[in-house]
Amino acid sequence: MSVGLEHYLVVSALLFAVGLLGVILRRNLLVIYMSLELMLNAGNLALVAFSRFTGSLDGQVLVFFVITVAAAEVSVGLALIVALYRRRQTAHVEDLTLMKL
Amino acid sequence: MSFPEISFYVFAFLTLLSGFLVIANPFSSNPVTSAMFLVLTMISLAALFALLNAFFLAAVQVLVYAGAVMVLFLFVIMLLDLKAEERRKIRKFAILGGLVSVGALVFILLRSLRDSPLEAQPSPTLKGGTMELGALLFREYLLPFEIVSVLLLVAMVGVVLLSKKELK
Repeated sequence: MSVGLEHYLVVSALLFAVGLLGVILRRNLLVIYMSLELMLNAGNLALVAFSRFTGSLDGQVLVFFVITVAAAEVSVGLALIVALYRRRQTAHVEDLTLMKL
Repeated sequence: MSFPEISFYVFAFLTLLSGFLVIANPFSSNPVTSAMFLVLTMISLAALFALLNAFFLAAVQVLVYAGAVMVLFLFVIMLLDLKAEERRKIRKFAILGGLVSVGALVFILLRSLRDSPLEAQPSPTLKGGTMELGALLFREYLLPFEIVSVLLLVAMVGVVLLSKKELK
């Protein structure tokens, strides 16, 4: 059986699931952030596969924009984490309970 | 099996395995190890992109993700002192809840994949090289391209502002 669109979509779905599992399981802000990157990349893989199998380059341009926005998002998010760490000396979500009643 | 098919299975397996080791490594919960496995995931994803004829995106994936973003991650990991984080355990309830919800999501995704009609054959002419992608980017997607460049500028200003010593 040759490798078709569904193979790539299954890989993409599983990678997204792994990323989501990481966001739920891990309590370290940095690892949660890496899991978010995994989920973004799973979406990218699906877009590139769709682009390949429908014969249109629009999907790849969209992936290009996603990568750019993800880079901006990572820089801002990491700056936020560093600022948070300066204030509270922790990068652990269970220690960030300021909003809790 | 032909060479592209074998390499698809190899790189798909490598992507999922190293992706899993990012979130749950049985040997160490050090964030640096997670970051290294994330680099491996990005590189094998770039190989999958190349298999899909998206050569420019494969190069960008290696340059931007495996290069720039991961260096940023490593810098921040080493900037923060995360020694105490390694001793924390994952709670049983979190494992149960996570597995149930993610399992439900995977079930829905695979079920809908199975039931939907999909294109069987890849488009033979599609090439995602620098020239083709650049022509499309600067002709039809010029406005989004400019907006994204403004977004990058905004992000840069925001990061400089956030990293200042006293945050007001």
